[in-house]
Amino acid sequence: MDIHEYQAKKILSDFGVTIPRGGIVYSPENAENKAREIGGSRWVVKAQIHSGARGKAGGIIICDSPLEVAQATDKLLGKKLVTNQTGPEGKIANRIYIEEATDIERELYLGLVFDRSSESIMVVASTEGGMSVEEISKEKPETIIRSKIEVAVGMQSFQARELAFGLGIESDLIRRASDTIIGCYKAFSELDATMVEVNPLVISKQKQILALDCKMSFDNNAMFRRSQVSELRDKTQEDAKEVFASDRGLNYVSLDGNIGNIINGAGLAMASMDMIKLAGGSPANFLDVGGGATPEKIVKAFKLVTMDEKVKVILVNIFAGINRCDWVAEGIVEALKKIEVNVPLVIRLAGTNVEKGNQILKESKINYIEANTLEDAANKAVAALNK
Amino acid sequence: MTVLIDKNSKIIIQGFTGKMGTFHADEMIKYGSNVVGGVTPGKGGSKHLNLPVFNTVKDAVSETGADASILFVPPAFAADSAMEAADAGIKTCVAIVDGIPSHDMIRIKRYMRRYTKSSKMTLVGPNCAGIISPGKSMLGIMPGHIYKEGRIGIISRSGTLGYEAAQQLKNLSIGVSTSVGIGGDPINGSSFRDIIEKFETDDETDAILMIGEIGGPQEVAAGEFAKENMKKPVIAYIAGLTAPKGRVMGHAGAIVSAYGESAIEKVEILKECGITISKNPSVMGDTVKAVLEKI
Repeated sequence: MDIHEYQAKKILSDFGVTIPRGGIVYSPENAENKAREIGGSRWVVKAQIHSGARGKAGGIIICDSPLEVAQATDKLLGKKLVTNQTGPEGKIANRIYIEEATDIERELYLGLVFDRSSESIMVVASTEGGMSVEEISKEKPETIIRSKIEVAVGMQSFQARELAFGLGIESDLIRRASDTIIGCYKAFSELDATMVEVNPLVISKQKQILALDCKMSFDNNAMFRRSQVSELRDKTQEDAKEVFASDRGLNYVSLDGNIGNIINGAGLAMASMDMIKLAGGSPANFLDVGGGATPEKIVKAFKLVTMDEKVKVILVNIFAGINRCDWVAEGIVEALKKIEVNVPLVIRLAGTNVEKGNQILKESKINYIEANTLEDAANKAVAALNK
Repeated sequence: MTVLIDKNSKIIIQGFTGKMGTFHADEMIKYGSNVVGGVTPGKGGSKHLNLPVFNTVKDAVSETGADASILFVPPAFAADSAMEAADAGIKTCVAIVDGIPSHDMIRIKRYMRRYTKSSKMTLVGPNCAGIISPGKSMLGIMPGHIYKEGRIGIISRSGTLGYEAAQQLKNLSIGVSTSVGIGGDPINGSSFRDIIEKFETDDETDAILMIGEIGGPQEVAAGEFAKENMKKPVIAYIAGLTAPKGRVMGHAGAIVSAYGESAIEKVEILKECGITISKNPSVMGDTVKAVLEKI
């Protein structure tokens, strides 16, 4: 789960990291007042969307008066921003963050992620803040410093100090810098984060160390014990079909193609998408209804896939284990009584009681194309598309 | 002895009296697994499915001599249960449960560092289908009848794709020595490399089919291990050629975030390691067959 910049900054500040003064607003009037309340003579108006690279997309505006702040807010509110991370459909800014401008002396990069090889938390830092970590590792890999943290004991002061010295931070700021790094680590480890990225982390002309921008992601599996974090979810930033799916316990990812998929198991779903591609087609979605493929889930899955106007063919591929094909087939027949499907439907069942399952489908009055293997299913789906 | 479990493995069910635990314990017993009891804290001393229920894994081990366990406890309590099994002297533990936080998985693995190699439990999963040695024992939730007895070892992140492979092999009259589902999470108990090493020394296995997917470094690590240390042939399929970068594809661990984590990159690296690639998921069986004919 991702959260907004202003939410991530609030979390960091709770863990002792200094952030510029700021506040969230929902209207231009609001924004003007907020600018006066924050004080100073320059402000930054920042569109809150779940994406980086907002500056290049015009989502960040520097202002010299509260009136300009109001105008900038008016311009950004409700605006669709397209960045290299949002995809062509972009994301809409419904919340605007107003922040005092910072006099920047140096921009640094600080990121924390899970390292799957060493199964620990990896802190990555660089003197080249403001660039994406991909750009840094391509263009200035020599500036990257890493520190692997043993999670059982947590981050030690010396590890933070080493990073701070490694970034060339001057001696009288080392203490503050290492507190900042440890604060980020604590936020990561105490809130079940999977990624914390402060980019840039800046040293201001006034010798403050500030988190100027921050991105955070959290482990969905840990939300049961992080109610305060899960409340930060902003569904307006997610694909509507993906929200519909996650609310119903389905794993769904929206894609560009036109063959809709209903499959049980994530691996089999990816494999089926691969087969569609090999057969010359293109998947409209990834959809895993879960190993069990219960009739309720199948109804929900049909609802979801038929919501997508791109879909010209639907491919159902279920490998029934304990749940038996006959039971799955009954679920499909039930689903099709409730949901109208106006595109060709290819169904491949495999596993326990497959003959009985296919029998049930044949005897029902549903209009479908039967397939036997993965390859057969993909070929028939693509052929149905071309008819 | 086959990999991880055999006919003599004495199995206990953790989370025995719950709905999932009951259902799958019954399926395992029907398959012929030697289930000797289960654990549900607070219900010790009672009987369930005609088998004894214990309060703690330690009690279960000392009373029954159990050496294998399978977890059907909710995600929030799974880490605790896995560590309890490790501490009680269980040798092989399968965590079926989907939804364990990554921070908890790291905790389990750090906890297990206190044991020496010979006394350390092998944790398989989480978010997996479990282990089956066809005709001998099943410590999992798979449909046992799709596996034919034989001499191919299967290791798979995905449950249903592992079933697909077993079915394809069976249709070609090829059987399986042991199939191990290592699960779809970013941090798991056993990696491809951990299990492939066990297959290399297993005298009932001739070749290994590895079914991987996008995300994480484990397929490549196993490939490099195979290149350096293995004599038995390895066949691999990697799912997710069409998966977009940076998106989680169902499995929490199926996300491409670095070089070497996409399906195409993994396939290239594995080829360089001398591994035979199954070009697509519908020819996993055929690819294994072709390799066997060359041995």
